[in-house]
Amino acid sequence: MVLKASAAFGVIGLLIVTAGCGASSNSAQGFTSSSSKEKPAITLTNASYDPTRELYQEVNEAFAKYWTRETGQDVSFDQSHQGSGTQARAVIDGLKADVVTLALSPDIEEIAKSAKLLPEDWQKRLPNNSCPYTSTIVFLVRKGNPKQIKDWEDLVREGVEVITPNPKTSGGARWAYLAAWGHALRKNGQDEAKARAFVQQLYAHVPVLGSGARESTTTFMQNGIGDVLLSWENEALLAIKKTGNDQVEIVTPPISILAEPPVSVIDKNASAHNATEAAKAYLQFLYSPEGQQIIAKNYYRPSEPNYVDKELLKQFADVKFFTIDEVFGGWKQAQAKHFSDGGTFDFIQEANSAKK
Amino acid sequence: MELALTTTGFEASNWAHARPRLKAATEEKPWVRLACITVTVLFLALLLFVPLASVFAEAFREGVRVYFASFSDRYAIAAIRLTLLAAAISVPLNTAFGLTAAWAITKFQFRGKSLLITLIDLPFAVSPIVSGLIYVLVFGMQGWVGAWLSEHNIQVIFAVPGIVLATVFVTFPFVARELIPLMQEQGTEEEEAATSLGASGWQTFMKVTLPNVKWALLYGVILANARAMGEFGAVAVVSGHLRGKTNTMPLHVETLYNEYNFVAASAVASLLALLGLVTLAIKSAVEWKVRRDYEAAAVSESS
Repeated sequence: MVLKASAAFGVIGLLIVTAGCGASSNSAQGFTSSSSKEKPAITLTNASYDPTRELYQEVNEAFAKYWTRETGQDVSFDQSHQGSGTQARAVIDGLKADVVTLALSPDIEEIAKSAKLLPEDWQKRLPNNSCPYTSTIVFLVRKGNPKQIKDWEDLVREGVEVITPNPKTSGGARWAYLAAWGHALRKNGQDEAKARAFVQQLYAHVPVLGSGARESTTTFMQNGIGDVLLSWENEALLAIKKTGNDQVEIVTPPISILAEPPVSVIDKNASAHNATEAAKAYLQFLYSPEGQQIIAKNYYRPSEPNYVDKELLKQFADVKFFTIDEVFGGWKQAQAKHFSDGGTFDFIQEANSAKK
Repeated sequence: MELALTTTGFEASNWAHARPRLKAATEEKPWVRLACITVTVLFLALLLFVPLASVFAEAFREGVRVYFASFSDRYAIAAIRLTLLAAAISVPLNTAFGLTAAWAITKFQFRGKSLLITLIDLPFAVSPIVSGLIYVLVFGMQGWVGAWLSEHNIQVIFAVPGIVLATVFVTFPFVARELIPLMQEQGTEEEEAATSLGASGWQTFMKVTLPNVKWALLYGVILANARAMGEFGAVAVVSGHLRGKTNTMPLHVETLYNEYNFVAASAVASLLALLGLVTLAIKSAVEWKVRRDYEAAAVSESS
């Protein structure tokens, strides 16, 4: 009996050992192939934000072909997607990203400031404030728009439930917050107090604050919660396409914010593994006709629309844009005033929860 | 000797039915019994079986071929590999640690012993997020040794070593936790007898101690393995979510789900669920084996 028992134990032990050998020999193979010296193949790590998964999947494939054609060097990608702020934090903590493609410039600013991995004037290095594409904030509503939501004011009507992520953690949510604020300022003759009252009212209509754009999209689309989702335009177009969901439709408000998600090489990481040249070319590629076409295909507004098929441009509705520089005096100021601890957003949240 | 397995408080419930069947504990009316059973079954069905079944239903929604295609994807294979690797390192490591710790605690007398026992339980007590964060704080670029490591081109977090470290941390207590109460119960008499008969320390361990604890050890290893493969929180913090590189299976499920790829996400999730079911099956087999041995021992004693 004891003999049988120890035999059974031996078999389990053997299983564990063989699993271990299999795994470790596999990983050993991985190491040798990536460091093989016959071809100086290169791996670029792109740390990006949440909704760009599909975009960069396509960009990476196209760039790999382009780069091999131009230089004979093979390039592959390690791609990472998390909330924009989380991603910036990871790069600061040592995620070896060669390039970052994030949702807002303060996140890259933070990497430059606290980890000093790139120069502070990074945003001047590429055209269009280092934004190869832009987007905006639109409304996603239920089929047939039963609550008749057409403009920002409709969001605060009685009985309307608004879904948007938490501006503290989500880049897209910050753009949405600022879009609402910008609208209210314009409508109320630049009256700050009235703008704040409007935004406060808006957040009183939000039943759950998700942590990221994708989470909120799923809340709205899959779980069927809420009447309207404040969404990245690209995310809304993609969500409808990807899920084949015909139970929702997009409403583009007459006025919204021009969302500018920037990109940059992380100089120190890229040079540490001799990838500077490829990393720079990768970001340049986003501005090329081929890159711009891929960008438009993935529902981002191209920074060079003349490179893109007219048909593709039709999916973007006409919106009157305001920029963060015009209305808020740039990200630094907007960040400090609205989203820092004890900022306006915190004030609004406290005021709303006190009312409940 | 297997008798000892039924002793400790922590395992008492697990091993309780290893005892000979008792008569009904109470004399409740039949309808009370029926109500209790119905409520339990309903509860389990609603909170456990339905969600679990829905994972499999979703995974197979587009047919068997799509289900299996989910595993041939490059990133899925890499995730499965990484998960196996993390378990293959952390489980043996913690088995060795668990045996050492249990041996030290139960066979020697020294000061601070109860503090040591408490410390072993630490990973049970802290949130997995904290378990991940501590490694970021130590090995991150802004952490204690991050800059030095980076100068020497050593990558710990956002790389495979970080994943393994986090997994080792969260599975730390499992083996020791199973062994300590049992070995405490058994005492040191058998070992003392062996030693007085001239056995060396190693012989005593291999021939006396190990056979005495083998089932508890196996049980601890199974649990540690299940946790190692299923861990999400701690690993998520140190992973950096690099697809094909630092995504374990649970992280891969999240990635796929976020990409609207519900079928593939469910397929990988179903694999993790299967792992859980296999763990349960092995656990039941172990318990069954123990019960049989116990009954055999009881028969030979009474005759």
